[in-house]
Amino acid sequence: MRQKGATSANLKKKHEYPGKLIIVEGIDGSGKSTQMYLLQQWLIAQGYPVFRTEWNSSILVKKMTKEGKKKKNLTPQTFSIIHAADFADRLQFEILPPLKAGMIVLADRYVYTAFARDGVRGVNPQWIRNLYQFAVKPDLAFYFKTPIQVSIDRILSGRPKLKYYEAGMDLNLAPTPEESFTIFQTRILKEYQKMIKEFGLTVMDATKEINEQQTLMREIVTKELKGFTTKRRNYERRQKVFWRRFGLS
Amino acid sequence: MRGGRKYFGEGLGYLDISKVKGHLIVLEGTDGVGRSTQMELLQSWLEVKGFGVVTTGWTRSNLMSRSIEMIKQGNMVDGRTYSLLYATDFADRLENQIIPALRSGFVVLADRYVYTAWVRDMVRSGGDQWIKDVLSFGLIPDLVMYLRVDVDTLIHRVIEFGGMNYWESGMDLNLADNIYDSFRKYQMRLIKTYDEVAKEQGFEIVDARKDVMTLHEKIRQKVAEQLKIEV
Repeated sequence: MRQKGATSANLKKKHEYPGKLIIVEGIDGSGKSTQMYLLQQWLIAQGYPVFRTEWNSSILVKKMTKEGKKKKNLTPQTFSIIHAADFADRLQFEILPPLKAGMIVLADRYVYTAFARDGVRGVNPQWIRNLYQFAVKPDLAFYFKTPIQVSIDRILSGRPKLKYYEAGMDLNLAPTPEESFTIFQTRILKEYQKMIKEFGLTVMDATKEINEQQTLMREIVTKELKGFTTKRRNYERRQKVFWRRFGLS
Repeated sequence: MRGGRKYFGEGLGYLDISKVKGHLIVLEGTDGVGRSTQMELLQSWLEVKGFGVVTTGWTRSNLMSRSIEMIKQGNMVDGRTYSLLYATDFADRLENQIIPALRSGFVVLADRYVYTAWVRDMVRSGGDQWIKDVLSFGLIPDLVMYLRVDVDTLIHRVIEFGGMNYWESGMDLNLADNIYDSFRKYQMRLIKTYDEVAKEQGFEIVDARKDVMTLHEKIRQKVAEQLKIEV
């Protein structure tokens, strides 16, 4: 049986789990993964139990996605549902267990990525939102806003070759991957812009220095974690082990 | 031929289907009702009559094979993920097989359709709207024949041909502590839900307890009516 309440529009209401869900969003090259990594290091250093999950990474679905991408026969609709399957799998096995256990879950990209990309691909926006209605609303959703040119410079300098779907080549926007990527990402930016208000995303200026952004991010997270008590124990050095008294040693 | 094809819901905004012709004929029903045998007979008959036929079947898209392999190896899958894998398979076949074949004027015979996913999800989740919304991009078929059997006939057939498997028995739902009772309970629920959907959607119900040829005759009649041809 599906859990009660899991089918209502969860994305608009606060979840009731003891843990915290913090996610980052932004176009490719916005620096969001770097910021998430630095945040993770800081949280761990403070003794918080942290679990990290990434968009499109469930092993169950990955091979399927990879094959479809290789053969270039993913339609916008299949592309969209395949990613929802990936998300559903990760939600059940990677996101919910640590949330229920009172841990901090960090997600690199979340459902907003699907809303932005699939929307640009021509999939019905209302349908996509329905598709993901079982998702949990994050406690904090950071959106790393970048001017398109900054993102493109970062991507093109750091990567040998743009991938087919990454560049939106399936949309026949332009003959070269670079041009296509520019048009595609510009459209995605517009979608993100619309979602800031719709889902209450926290906007970060991704043109600032890395450490400046990180300082601000940590301030916001600190506020969110006020009153959050972690259940983490010091696993390595147990001081008393009560069950040993039964003489099993 | 039917003009003005429709999606169940909003459909695929990027794909105009108003001029898609052909005939989309669906065979639905639980496991062990003899769908594949009837599919073959129907295909041969239509081809003899001069119709181009394309068949498509549940989970037969190339995309799905990898994931299904993993599930069969015993990897745990959440019910909703399962439904979404089905939906991916369906979307892939719809856009890459069904719609192109219909455009070219073929008769498309579908071994199961969105209703299989509806029923499965309804039985497992207690019947919410979600799965219908997800699959609302499907084309409404021209004819749906529901091959119906009672649970006792079904059990005999399944035991005789291949036996009960874990998923068909709904073992993951913990309905019983043994496969027989679980199969019985699970399939009864499926049949009950299929009956409800059949009524709501106006399926042609075909009594699948009959022998193969009698059943085939019935199916021919319904298809002949739909295609406006002689039996």
